[in-house]
Amino acid sequence: MRKQFVETVSKIIEDDEKAVLLLGDIGVYGFRDVISRFPDRAYNIGILEQSTISLSAGLSLFGLVPIVHTIAPFIVERSLEQIKVDLCYQNLGVNLVSIGASYDYAGLGCTHHCPADVSILNEIPNMQIVVPGHPKEFDQLFTQNYNNKSPTYFRLSESSNNKPYDTEFGCNIILQEKGDVVILAIGPMLSIVLDAAYELDVTIIYCTTIKPFDFLSIKPFLNKKILIIEPYYSGPILLNILRENNNLVGDFTSIGVPNKFINKYGSKDDIDQMIGLDSRSIRKKIIEKINE
Amino acid sequence: MSKKRINDIKINMLKASYAAGEGHLASSLSVTDILFVLYNSSVKISLDLIDSNDRDFIILSKGHASLAHAAILADKKIITKGQLISFCSHNSILGGHLDRDKVPGVEASTGSLGHGISMSIGIAIGAKIQKKPNKIFVLVGDGESNEGTFWESMLLGAQHNLDNLYCIIDYNRSNDRAIKLDSFEDKLSAFGWDVEVIDGHSHIEIATALMKNSPGKPKAIIANTIKGFGIKEMENNPAWHHKVPSSDELISMIDELS
Repeated sequence: MRKQFVETVSKIIEDDEKAVLLLGDIGVYGFRDVISRFPDRAYNIGILEQSTISLSAGLSLFGLVPIVHTIAPFIVERSLEQIKVDLCYQNLGVNLVSIGASYDYAGLGCTHHCPADVSILNEIPNMQIVVPGHPKEFDQLFTQNYNNKSPTYFRLSESSNNKPYDTEFGCNIILQEKGDVVILAIGPMLSIVLDAAYELDVTIIYCTTIKPFDFLSIKPFLNKKILIIEPYYSGPILLNILRENNNLVGDFTSIGVPNKFINKYGSKDDIDQMIGLDSRSIRKKIIEKINE
Repeated sequence: MSKKRINDIKINMLKASYAAGEGHLASSLSVTDILFVLYNSSVKISLDLIDSNDRDFIILSKGHASLAHAAILADKKIITKGQLISFCSHNSILGGHLDRDKVPGVEASTGSLGHGISMSIGIAIGAKIQKKPNKIFVLVGDGESNEGTFWESMLLGAQHNLDNLYCIIDYNRSNDRAIKLDSFEDKLSAFGWDVEVIDGHSHIEIATALMKNSPGKPKAIIANTIKGFGIKEMENNPAWHHKVPSSDELISMIDELS
């Protein structure tokens, strides 16, 4: 997705004279051409995330469309108050694009993990959250929305699905309709879910926009057993469903990253297996759910 | 003339605070002269200009001095006197920290310290990118300068040669009890800013400082001020940081200013 991010944003910087790129001293080599061709709109702004977020708000106040990029924990957790006040309270059209989703930087340890990003940002009014599952989907969703005049978070991950779908901001896609169990697969979890659900009679819905959540798409399925599979701390999708209908009574299971520090290293796959987000563990959960 | 006008503005602040039972009066009195000069000098801002792309930007980074800002907006007829006296009431457009979506002429919703200065950096870079002549004036508290984002902004302002940016520091030394900012001027100079130290209650010194800058450098104006300026009981008295006058105090303070 990193490569696609460079391609998509380079094209936007070239085509849209209002677009401004701010890099937190990462991804600079990838953007070297853009930085040298458009030095007044593509910056390696430095390692000062809080000020960078406020600065992006200022650019937006002056009519520009900023794209801010750095590693997930530093853009979301370090700069949280700036995101809340300067971007969301003022409702400004700033794009935040993170890299290093959840435990993508498995070997670097907990300081570089960020499985809380979606839960945290989900709690801030006006914030939109997009979790693309494939580089092509990032291109579609970003190109459609970077200029939508609202603060929007795009969560880039190292892992991606085997193939892209035609995604649209705010719309879930129903991939198949079978049986009593409905699986809601978020972003890069889809390929793992499809693998896990192989030859099982389940409904599969694919979701790339967490907020605003496409409640209408799941409304016809609310009387079924719903299994939500998220690549970050579990919970925000279920919360967004309940916020649409507080009196909802249903059968929901939310599976995601457990709410613990992951103090092991290795690869992302090692951690997937350790916490049960690999396809074998998920298949077991699906079968349990079918048999409940 | 302007002395009487300033005192009338201060009286209106006192009345609004008394009616609301809210407000940071002493901080507001510290910056009233600076804000008054910003709105009545070479800065391009007025009722006619507030929605114009040609306007200069005034950002109150120390957002708790909202009473002074609101009273000066009322003095400039950008908001009404009725709106001013409704300060902090349930349906008022004016809260203890001003909301840019509610109050005409307010460029940024500030309140949490250390945000307005960094947003001002962004506005200044935005003006440079679009090759526009707008100037940006941001008023920061000395206590606010404890925030890391203030120093991040000092780095950014110099790095990007923001000579369209003027950072006025309300140096009332109320923060000395926590962190002393000795040789503040040297610190800011070392960061690459064009620094001038002035009397923050002298209208002529404020107006003169706002008119001069060095090409390629952002300007820092360290304004020596007195917190609570103009009301003896309140001057440099920490008890008044977030205190509202009683009816007797209101009467005597209005007398003092009349």
